[in-house]
This record gives sequence, C-alpha cells and structure tokens, in this order.
Amino acid sequence: MSSIVPGLLKGMAVTAKTLAHRSHTGEYPDVAPDLPPRSRGVIALLEENCTVCMLCARECPDWCIYIDSHKETLPATAEGGRERTRNVLERFDIDFSLCMYCGICIEVCPFDALHWSPEFEYAELDIRDLMHDKDRLGAWMPTVPPPVAADACAATPKEVAAAQQPPRRPAAPPAPA
Amino acid sequence: MPEVLDTVVRVVAVLAAFLVLPLVVGQAEHKVMAHMQGRLGPMYAGGFHGWAQLVADGVKFVQKEDVTPAAADGRVFRLAPGVALVPYLVAMAAIPLAPGVVGADLDAGLLFVLAASAVAVLGTLMAGWSSANKYALLGGLRTAAQLLSYELPVVLGASSVAMAAGTLSLTGIGEAWRPWWLVWQLPALVCFFVGGVAELARPPFDMPVADSEIVFGPYTEYTGLRFAFFLLSEYAGIVVLAAMTTVLFLGGWHGPGPDGAWWMLLKTALVSVLVIWVRVAWPRLREDQLQTLAWKVLVPLALVQLVLTAVVAVGIAS
Repeated sequence: MSSIVPGLLKGMAVTAKTLAHRSHTGEYPDVAPDLPPRSRGVIALLEENCTVCMLCARECPDWCIYIDSHKETLPATAEGGRERTRNVLERFDIDFSLCMYCGICIEVCPFDALHWSPEFEYAELDIRDLMHDKDRLGAWMPTVPPPVAADACAATPKEVAAAQQPPRRPAAPPAPA
Repeated sequence: MPEVLDTVVRVVAVLAAFLVLPLVVGQAEHKVMAHMQGRLGPMYAGGFHGWAQLVADGVKFVQKEDVTPAAADGRVFRLAPGVALVPYLVAMAAIPLAPGVVGADLDAGLLFVLAASAVAVLGTLMAGWSSANKYALLGGLRTAAQLLSYELPVVLGASSVAMAAGTLSLTGIGEAWRPWWLVWQLPALVCFFVGGVAELARPPFDMPVADSEIVFGPYTEYTGLRFAFFLLSEYAGIVVLAAMTTVLFLGGWHGPGPDGAWWMLLKTALVSVLVIWVRVAWPRLREDQLQTLAWKVLVPLALVQLVLTAVVAVGIAS
C-alpha cells in the first residue's frame, strides 16, 4: 500500500502538469507539418538525366516502375563519321499504389535522374490515378530540396574531389635517342 | 392548476438536465483527457473547439444499423440499453440542487437514488447474458462480481452520512451538513466515491469492458443507438455519482459565500472532472486486485467509519 499511493499521486501530478502545458498536436490540414530533412514523400524524375538503363525498374522490389523506350539514330556529326544511336524514353511510370518508398530506385540510378521530394499530398479517389507518368513525375522536380550540406568534418564528396584534382601532367616527351 | 404546472416544469427541468449534463461531462472528458495527454481532442464539429462533437456522434449512431445477433435473446438484448439508461433519469429526479430545487423531494431520497442507480447495472448484466457472446458473458459476470463487491462500500458509506445527519432525505442531509464533516466523514467519502466509480465500471475499475482482454465486455454485440445508450448511461452515471457525492459529503449547496444551486453545480462538475482525471492517470486494476480492494480495504474502512459515526453522533446527542 505504501508504494501504491505515491505512484497514484505521481500519475495524477503528471497528467495535471501535461494539462497545464500546451498540447503537441500539429493541426495538419490547417498548419503545414514541419517535415524532417530527407522526408520521403514522392519520387521525382529528371527526364533529361535518364538513359533508360532500366536499373531502377529491375531493382524495384515490387516492380512498380514501368519503362518503355526506343532507339533513335543520330546522323553523323562530321563528314564520314559514324552514326550514333541513343535511347529515347517513351514511358516512365511509377505506380504509387504499389510503391513501398524503399528508395532503391533512387539509390541505384547512376545518373541522378530520380530524387526524393517531400511532397506527400497526392492521394486519389481512384487507385488507378496513383500511376504517375513521366510528366507528372517530372512536375515534382521543382519540389526536390537541395541536398543537405555535408558535415563539417566529412570527407570531400567523390564528385567534388574529382573535379578539384589538378589536371594530369602531359606525358613526358620521349627521351632523345 | 398551478400544481400541475409545477410538476410539468420539474419534469421538463429534470429531463433537460438528463439530456444536457451527461453530454457536458462527455465533452469535458474528450477535452480534459486530450489535454492531459498533450493532445487537442475534437476541434472541428460545431466550429468552436469541437463543442458539437457528441451531437455529431449521436447523429452518426442514429444512422447505424441496429443489429440483434441471431443467437441473442432478442427481447432482453433490446431492452438492456433502456434498463441501463432510464434508472439514472429516475435517480436524477430525486437529487436536489438546493432545498426546493429538486424534481421530487422524497423522504427516503438517499435510498431511492441508491436503489435506482443499482438497477442501472442490471442493464449491463442483461446485455452480457443475452448477447450470446463469450466476451459479453465474461464481461457480464465481471460486472456482476463488481456490483456485488462495490455495492457494499457505497451503501455503507452513504449510511454513515445518513446516520450522522439523522435522516434519509437528501435535502435533509444537505441541510444538516457541516464543514467539519469533511474530516469526520472522509473515510465514508472515499468508500462511496471509489465504490461509485467501480459500479460505473469506469477506469481504473473497467475490468468488465477491458478492451484488451474481452473486446468491449457486455457491449460487444451492440451497435448504433443501443450502443450509444450504454455510453450515455455511463456519463449519466458519472453525473449522478458526482451529484450524490456532492450532496452527501461535500456540502451540496453550502459553500463559502451565499448558498445556492450553483455551488452544487460547481462541485458536481469538479467531482466529474476528478472521475475523468482518475481515468487518465491510473492503470486498470486486475480482477483479483479489484476484489481485494473492495473486501480487504473498502468494506472494513466503511465499517470502521460506521462505528466512528455512531460514537460521535451519540456523543453529540447526549
């Protein structure tokens, strides 16, 4: 009994103290939520960067990325040069009714064509409308935040380090015979 | 003719109190509980801080399908919510807000109110038995066990104060009350209040409806308006319990400054908030702890109080 009563009183004190403080509720539809950095809302597509390598579609655990493309032949740029072919993206759909927001597609993309956007208000009344085509995915691109700055003591990112390297010295001229 | 008019006014007033006060307590529970948990509670219904939430809930309940399970004992099943709710209306009629401000001033008002509110528990028993559902049956049996255990401290606590006042009339008890009774009758107050909360199956005594064990106990099979009646009866029960605690132990309409019905309303509201507060702060008792508390703590305490009351009352009289 002696240990019960202080516990009961403490419970009442805690709840009374909470009552006296402001509540923590974020009134969501009226007040925009304060999302943490790198929130996973929706996947944005930067179409120019896509080379139709299909890595994202193949790595997707639930196969919710649909890609169609065709090859185009570009005429030779110089006289007597070789014709070049390039992939042209026809269709890039992500079915957000299947997507589990694992972010693997974004991780594997070698050309930074896919990005996380924190926008999350794209619920639909019809599940079929959750299939976002490449225009809609592209429209999310302006909402992608700039990458979070690296930590103060972090190693220089690979890309930056490569750009900052001094140019390779020209090969030494062959020694005179 | 004035007598008829007087009766009509009283009946309408009691009915209005019965329809309004439980909803006020319910809304207070929504908001107080929310803020005690760092939430806001209902904010939309009615526009201002969700004041119309329970009205909206009521409208929702009316629209729901009224299901009677095929295996249920139909008539008992359908009657149970009424049995749970109406006794509190009857009880409210006999509780005075001030001398003269009462639905019906009965000579044995204390007995009447206690009897009426004990009938309400029968509604829960009927629901538990007639639902033909094992959870409902378990809940009903727990209700029965709880009723048996806690009716005793309630009645003993109330009889102590009745003995002190020398009357069973609620108005009489309220008039006889003196501030030092707060100390003299404190054990009786504890017994009455704790027993009352337990009889309502309110947390921390909500074993009969323990949702993590037996779904919703006796109310498991209920839907729609009948379910709403059970919920409403719980809040009407809180109002009756709080009002009775106020009249018997907290001096009813007496208070610092001028006496009046508003003291009664204020104290009733405070006791109701205490009932809500206890729900938020304390965990549920286990079934054996529940019985232990009743038989090993409250009943002896109430008996000691009864002796104390008798000795002091005789001492005053002689």
